[in-house]
Amino acid sequence: MCLAVPLKLIEIDGNNAVGESLGMRRPLRVDFIEEPKLGDYVIVHAGFAIERLPEKQALEDLESWEELRDVL
Amino acid sequence: MSFDAGRILETMAALPLGRVQLMEVCGTHTMSIARSGLKSVLPENVKLLSGPGCPVCVTPAEQIDAVLELAMEKDVILTSYGDMLRVPGSRPGDSLLRRKALGARVEIVYSPIDAVELARKHPDRQVVFLGVGFETTAPGTAAAVLTAQEQGVKNFSLWSMLKTVEPALRALIAQEDFAVDGFLCPGHVATIIGAEGFRFLPEEYGLPAVVGGFETEDILTALYLLLKQLVEGEPKLQNAYPRAVSQEGNRLAQRMLQRCFEAREDSWRGLGRIPGSGLGLREEFSDFDAQKRFSIQASSEPAPTACRCGEVICGRLSPEGCPLFGKRCTPEDPVGPCMVSSEGACAAAYKYQQG
Amino acid sequence: MDEIISLDYGSGGKKTSRLIEQTILPVLDNPYLGELGDGAILPGAERLVFSTDSFVVDPIFFPGGDIGKLAVCGTVNDLAMCGAEPKYLSLALILEEGFPLRDLERVMASLGEAAEKACVTVVTGDTKVVDRGRGDKLYINTAGIGFLQYPGLSPRNIQKGDAVLLSGTAGDHGTAVMLSRSGLMQGELSSDCAALNHLTEAMLQSGAAIRCLRDPTRGGVATTLNEFIEGTPLGIELEEKAVPVRPQVRAACELLGLDPLYCANEGKLLAVVAEEDAERVLAIMRRTDEGRDAARIGTVTDACPGRLVARTELGGRRVLQKLTGAQLPRIC
Repeated sequence: MCLAVPLKLIEIDGNNAVGESLGMRRPLRVDFIEEPKLGDYVIVHAGFAIERLPEKQALEDLESWEELRDVL
Repeated sequence: MSFDAGRILETMAALPLGRVQLMEVCGTHTMSIARSGLKSVLPENVKLLSGPGCPVCVTPAEQIDAVLELAMEKDVILTSYGDMLRVPGSRPGDSLLRRKALGARVEIVYSPIDAVELARKHPDRQVVFLGVGFETTAPGTAAAVLTAQEQGVKNFSLWSMLKTVEPALRALIAQEDFAVDGFLCPGHVATIIGAEGFRFLPEEYGLPAVVGGFETEDILTALYLLLKQLVEGEPKLQNAYPRAVSQEGNRLAQRMLQRCFEAREDSWRGLGRIPGSGLGLREEFSDFDAQKRFSIQASSEPAPTACRCGEVICGRLSPEGCPLFGKRCTPEDPVGPCMVSSEGACAAAYKYQQG
Repeated sequence: MDEIISLDYGSGGKKTSRLIEQTILPVLDNPYLGELGDGAILPGAERLVFSTDSFVVDPIFFPGGDIGKLAVCGTVNDLAMCGAEPKYLSLALILEEGFPLRDLERVMASLGEAAEKACVTVVTGDTKVVDRGRGDKLYINTAGIGFLQYPGLSPRNIQKGDAVLLSGTAGDHGTAVMLSRSGLMQGELSSDCAALNHLTEAMLQSGAAIRCLRDPTRGGVATTLNEFIEGTPLGIELEEKAVPVRPQVRAACELLGLDPLYCANEGKLLAVVAEEDAERVLAIMRRTDEGRDAARIGTVTDACPGRLVARTELGGRRVLQKLTGAQLPRIC
């Protein structure tokens, strides 16, 4: 399952980290994130962070959505 | 919310297009589309098909049979994601859940790392992790194997049924009655392999390809972009999920895949054997390869089954078009995997029918 | 293939119904049991309501409660949903050899407190111990007797246009237990385990036209609403965004791949109320501790006979079936 919710890194110890979303915390691995930092938002799949989000972007900031708004 | 779904839907409906079939190839897309009731509000000429994107649905019955046999091995603790537990093999009703009730030790895990942990806690048992999924799941599975190696957890092994998306899409497109006008590409597979990983769709096959995220807004956006490409007659690759997907993908994860796995022929439900479509552990990790550790092998012959999930996965048959759908095959007594997995096309169609 | 008891049979979903209908009812069928209510209304000098429930929760201690509190609240709620004033409970303990007495004392203390709060008396009991490995720490069965105060509550009374009310947030118990079981996550999730007889008393004594009450335990809100309308010419339209769900529960469900509408509750009730009384009943509910977050979540309609149809935030529609089998966390 691909989780849409990004988790915020609140603890990092080597490749082990803890992510949080709305007060829910879960352990995860950050093997695939270059230089993970506390406060980073990551997308998690099967216990592994697979990408860092640039920042917690509000959805409407998306470029493609901008493109959409132009045509509407 | 500044995102106006209603207006996008209206704009979609106004596009000068005839009947259009778009395919999503990710179980989470299937699920998200079903949960949002999107199909009930899309313009009538736009049809969404669920392709070979649900990890358990594409696993053929003969491979499940081998896993069921593995579960009964003495001393084995089989670890798996929850969805695999109900998938029947070639005999209806025979699943890991049933084997568990008959005494097999089957544990649900949320991450392959949990399986390594379990192996550490039970040094006298053989802990086997069932690796299913695509490029998104595979890097973490590889990392778990490396972790087991580093920590000397010798009673851990991986039974890999991991697959890659591109060869399956190529096989699907090569089918005679292929009739899909564009692909909603799986967002998190693209996170790993990069949006570029889907460029072959427009460039080699002239098919529109848009990488999409999983919120309703993401999916609507991607679908709109696909339709717009069709109107303009210019198939191209677009990334509608840039917050999580870069052009080149996640290099660290790609390196991990390279290090642990090599491509091999694999069989898919509905698509048959496809060269280079499976991920097997490299020779240097054979100590952790359950397919080498145990003398169980999946039959090379496709197991006969009444289920037509294969055709559903290829978009040739809608779930409701299967004679078993909702009759002999229901989520509580599934015949095929598409009815089992909550990400399966049939389960989604059954559970979230349009009201 | 020979059927065996799998965990699905205990899920509260279709397999549970099948077990009851095919294996239990044919042997014991009588008009009282056949109603399949939360308790049976029996003839006699007094109008009695009788109910029983077994508790096998794992783990036995969880945030917001434990198996003892649950054993009282579960049976009290079943009686209360029938319009009864819960009075007496029986208590049967099945203990596994090796279970720490201290844990039993903890369970009993919480059970006693819950009984006192719900104003019920435990009047009879039984204790058995099974060999180690033949049980799982502690199982409890309670049966309860209540005096019927408000007769006539039944899903058969539901009419087109009636309002569907939920007494609070959905999915708290199921997610809290799932979480403490999996050890996967940590967070401030707490079971809603609570006795609802004071809430039902407040609602029913108002004289409002309340058609039926039920507590959506296993199978959650979606499964219970399906039970209301199954096989009838009426359906329910559920407004998805009107269903109160704690943000933490939503997050946990996302992370575990669950749906809060199918997660168990142990301190919530669903009420079907005549449209004209809906606002008044809601106001009464909100004045109580247990009904603080009550909300109107849907409407009875004849547009979708026998079906529960959710209107999604997108404006789309989807059918919500009864839960099929135990909720298993989704892949990955």
